Amino acid sequence: MTSTEIAAVRPARTPRRSGPRNTLTRSSGLGLGIAMIWFSALVLIPLAAVVVTAADGGWQAFWNTITGPQTAAAIRLTVFTALSVTAVNVVMGPLIAWVLVRDRFWGKSVLEVMIDIPFALPTIVAGLVLLSLYGDADSPLGIDIANERPAVFLAFLFVTLPFVVRMVQPVLEELELDVEEAAASLGASRFTTFRRIILPSLTPAITAGAALSFARGVSEYGSLVLLSGNLPFKTEVTSVRILSSIENDNVVAAASVATVLLAISLAVIVLLDVIQRRVAARG
Amino acid sequence: MADTLVHDVAESAPVPERRRPPRVRKTPTTYALRAIATVYLFLLVAWPVSLVVTNTFADGVGAITSLFEDPDMVVALQLSAYVAVWSVVINTLFGVGISLLLVRYEFPGKRLLNALLDLPLSVSPIVVGLALVLVYGGRNGWLGPTLAGWGLEVIFSTPGIIMATTFVALPLMIRELVPVLEEIGVEQEQAAQSLGASGFQRFWRITLPSIRWGIVYGVVLTLARSLGEFGAVKVVSGNVLGQTRTATLAVEEKYLNFDQQGAYATAFLLAMVSVACIVIVAIIRPKNHA
Repeated sequence: MTSTEIAAVRPARTPRRSGPRNTLTRSSGLGLGIAMIWFSALVLIPLAAVVVTAADGGWQAFWNTITGPQTAAAIRLTVFTALSVTAVNVVMGPLIAWVLVRDRFWGKSVLEVMIDIPFALPTIVAGLVLLSLYGDADSPLGIDIANERPAVFLAFLFVTLPFVVRMVQPVLEELELDVEEAAASLGASRFTTFRRIILPSLTPAITAGAALSFARGVSEYGSLVLLSGNLPFKTEVTSVRILSSIENDNVVAAASVATVLLAISLAVIVLLDVIQRRVAARG
Repeated sequence: MADTLVHDVAESAPVPERRRPPRVRKTPTTYALRAIATVYLFLLVAWPVSLVVTNTFADGVGAITSLFEDPDMVVALQLSAYVAVWSVVINTLFGVGISLLLVRYEFPGKRLLNALLDLPLSVSPIVVGLALVLVYGGRNGWLGPTLAGWGLEVIFSTPGIIMATTFVALPLMIRELVPVLEEIGVEQEQAAQSLGASGFQRFWRITLPSIRWGIVYGVVLTLARSLGEFGAVKVVSGNVLGQTRTATLAVEEKYLNFDQQGAYATAFLLAMVSVACIVIVAIIRPKNHA
């Protein structure tokens, strides 16, 4: 199926590859120029300043900063927790998306709204919200993980909730039920149908959602402030490490650790771009 | 672009919304998955959020009203609103412009620009703050001392807070508008152009009306994100009481000073605004896609 599709698409694509086209008119070119000046002043130059400042100290200083015991512990904790949260999201995200798309029941629209709450809620409020159930001495559940490692995991889990769900949902809505029914009528079990028919079409969306949720987890700050206590070697994450360097006026150290985070963000952006191209090429 | 449009129409036509429910078989798995999803979301989102409401009103409405009697708190709320409005205005103008350029024109470096525009979503707010301080810091920044010479203080002042907030909310409008613009195509505009409409007329009378729900949706998301920004603002603001302290910074301040009631009340106000934003979006969205 896919090979014929690609064959059908290819002739249409080739002319575009012949070289970078430029269809800008004088006024749209001017608009692009103004937009680029603003985007550079706001985003590109400041982010470049982070990398340049980190480079100012030299490679050895950069390496010493990020491998210093406290910073290395913070980076390890952040990356490890973000990875495990992403693993949970890869399972729970498609599951929730499936329930939202395929199931019909009373109160489903409430679930739909709940998915977006972590995205819209101010991060500092998100921390306070989690604290009231999982970190209070008189928590109704009797759970108090404030200032413990699970608090970091919980905070990441909360703020990354929407990413995989929202990436998978539209793809699942577009899937034709007929193909699944055909598979079922040919004797495929529900599990086989899921593994051979549904999962392959969802994989790009799941990967993109996972990448976004990993990036969000690694860069999280606000929700941890009240919840995790920011204890060195225990619950201190990378963002907090950068902030304390800034507060101690050690800009080079702050920029060095920030460069590591920027590299992760860039890697995620590149991955997303590659996935987008793949999906677009598939039609 | 044209072939994706045809593709969309062909695909959405044979699958009307209403035909789906009777075709879904309800098996035990269906109910099990429904239960797992509901319990997960209840424990992670619904229950914790509802506790903030009950904690706020534990002693009646006093916690909320006393917020408005505290002059510093009123200033903080006003500052948050002021910054959010600026961020929405800037990002709407920039977002509409850049989305039109990305969809309607080809130029070298477009793919790179497209990817870079998503960067603010995945950069840590602390890194955003640090980056702005390095360039616009009054003492050692690349451009800060020059701007200070012109009498413009950016960092530890309102312009810095606006820049940090605008930075983190930048991609939201663009992500809303690009798919909408791709869907509407250019046929109507070309028709208008052949009838002699000027560029401004075409934008005002054809493009703008067809993307208006996308813009509304983008504004709502940008507003929610801007009101709630914390980390980036913390780095660039200096958190001066009554001057550069925003509502989100006040939540932290109050909680750390053992004013739990005040912290919950402020958090409740902020949460109300963001929940209102989501509900508005949920109501708008079906209309947009109908």
